[in-house]
This record gives sequence, structure tokens and C-alpha cells, in this order.
Amino acid sequence: MKRARAVLLTFAATLWPALAWAHVEKGRAEGLIAGLRHPISGLDHVLAMVSVGLWGAQLGAPAVWLLPVTFPMVMAFGGMLGLIGVPLPGVEVGIAISGILLGVAVLAEWRPPLWAASVIVGFFAVFHGHAHGTELPPGGSGLLYSAGFVMATGTLHAIGIGIGVTHRWGWGRVAMRVVGGLVASAGAFFLWRAVA
Amino acid sequence: MTPVPFRRALVVAGGLLLLPAPSHAHLMNTGLGPFYDGVSHFTLTPEDLLPALALALLAGQRGSRTGRLALFALSLAWLAGGLAGLTFPANRSATALTTVSFLALGGLVAADARLRPEWVTGLALVLGILHGYLNGAAMSQAKLGALGLVGIVTALFVAVTLVAALVVALRAPWARVAVRVTGSWIAAIGLLLLGWSFRAA
Repeated sequence: MKRARAVLLTFAATLWPALAWAHVEKGRAEGLIAGLRHPISGLDHVLAMVSVGLWGAQLGAPAVWLLPVTFPMVMAFGGMLGLIGVPLPGVEVGIAISGILLGVAVLAEWRPPLWAASVIVGFFAVFHGHAHGTELPPGGSGLLYSAGFVMATGTLHAIGIGIGVTHRWGWGRVAMRVVGGLVASAGAFFLWRAVA
Repeated sequence: MTPVPFRRALVVAGGLLLLPAPSHAHLMNTGLGPFYDGVSHFTLTPEDLLPALALALLAGQRGSRTGRLALFALSLAWLAGGLAGLTFPANRSATALTTVSFLALGGLVAADARLRPEWVTGLALVLGILHGYLNGAAMSQAKLGALGLVGIVTALFVAVTLVAALVVALRAPWARVAVRVTGSWIAAIGLLLLGWSFRAA
């Protein structure tokens, strides 16, 4: 009996809170994970963002770094518009068209002037940001959600640029154009689904 | 020794569970003392860490002399601001400051802005005083005292030294571009943060 009592008392003592945490920061990890997962949760976004990297790799310097810098910044601007409540019509259609256009650009190895490529990428980035920048889970940290969102997007661009290294070989150029065609086809499917 | 009745012991144990203990507002508690609480606060608080890293990137982009000036200016200003916050604490929201820090410093890094060393040092002073003040005010509420602040400034000094030195040493063009891309990410986070602050308002 004495032994059982001692065990119970010891157990109760282990439940004694050493510290009361007032205003403890909650939702930070949740926000970061949600932000990291969001850009990779939809194939339409993944294909468009990887395509930006592929197209940049085809265009070479300085587009190879200018486009991936442009996309996250303008995408964040689109996210900000969504957060402050500015409506953007046809978001899903815009995202689908971005897939088609970027896929065709990679397929055709299209080489517009640098400013035009930046404007195209930036224009469509607004749609991606508006759609995804605002979907923070309740209780999550907005700052870390944003950080995860931007990092995941940048990583997808980096993957595209990494694949684009194959552009220096003949087979790689062909493979990239095939990938561009597949992205454009997927974009067409997403457009059909958006308007159907 | 008189044996304690079992029921009474249970009541006492239950009472212990309800006993209030010290509260810690908005700060890390490592259990290793205020110095390490300060170190962990800096390294685990992106609102402070990212602007400091952005300034380190900016200073590193401009070379070793600017890096050295900014390093000492930032650390000393952070310490001075923190002491001011400890002495005259005020409960201020850091959202606007964090947003401006992210946008301005991230944008300057992304643009590879060719600022003179005096300008970078000035930015370091402003950043250090403002963020340090907020840290000091939080430390005052949490009763961590100056030792916690020393932990923050030590972590800041080490982090900024390493990052700025790394950037100064970079020669490969792609590595310099990677620094600019990092700056653009920080600015992008700042833009989204601006949106969050509007939504919260």
C-alpha cells in the first residue's frame, strides 16, 4: 500500500508544470510547414514554377536568375493583393494559361527580349500568388507561412534550372522541349477543367 | 513519522498541479539560463534573424570594409537599443518594423545596390537600435535582464560575421546571384507580411 501511494505521488509530481508559458508563440511550425507544402500541393503550380526555371535555363544569363527573382517577388505581390482583399477575376484560368504559355515557350525555345520574358513571368505570377498566398491554416504564423511559401516556390525554380543544365547537350535540349510540350498539354487540361 | 492519509496526499498532489509558476512572455526558455535564452531567442525568431541576415548579405556584397563596419555598428546599436528597451520598456507591435526591414533590406540585396559604406553602416545602426529596443522591452517583461540581451547580441555578432564573411569570399558569379535571390526571397516575405498586417488590422 505504501509503495502504491509513493508511486501515485511520484506520478502526480511528474505532472506538475514547472513553468506557465504565457503568450507562448503557437502555430509557427504549422505555418512554416503549410507554406512549404502549399506550392507543391497543386500540379498546376508545380509545372508552372518548374517551367520558369527551365525557360530561364534555355534563355541563359541574365534571364536564368532574373526570371526566378521576378517570379517570387511578383507572386508575393499577388499574395498581398489577395490578403488585403483586392479581387482578381479568373485566377484558375490565369494559372492554367500560365502553364500553357510557359510550356509553349520551353517547347519552342522562344527567345523574346528580356523585359518581355520578365513581364510574362511576372504577369502570371500574380495569379499564382493570389491563389495560394492567402491560405494560411487557422492559428498558423503568417510570417513563417510566407517564408515557407516563398522558399518552396524558389526551390521549384531551382529544380527547373537544375534540369535545365541538360540544355548543353543535344539530347537534353530535346528532352527539355518534350517536357515543355507536356507542361503545355497539362496547362490545356487545367484550362479545360477551369472553364468546364 | 506519521503516515500521510492517501486521500490527503492526493489532494495535496492535485493542489500542486494547480500551482502557478513564473510566466515567460514571447521569449524562449532553454532551461540553461538567460544567456542561452537570449541566444535561442535570436536564432529562433525570424522577425529578428532574417533582417540581420539580410543586412549581413548587403554588407558582404559591398566588400570586407563595409562588412566590418556594419558588423560592429549593428551589434553595438542592437546592444544600445536593447539597454534602452530594458530601461524604458514599452509594449510596441513589431509588425510594421519587421515588414519594412524585410522589404528594404531584401530589396537592396536583390538589387545588389551599390551603397557607400556609410549608408550600409547607417542602415545597420537604425536596424540595430529599433530591433534591439524591441528585444530589450520583451526582455524586461520576461525579467531576463541584461544577460539575455548579451546572449542575443552574441548570437547576432556570430551570425552576421559568418554570413558577411561568406559573402565577401564569394567569387563565382552563380554564388553572387544566389545571394541576390536570397534577398529577393526576403523582400517577397516582406510583401506577404505587409498583406498579413492589413488583414489583421
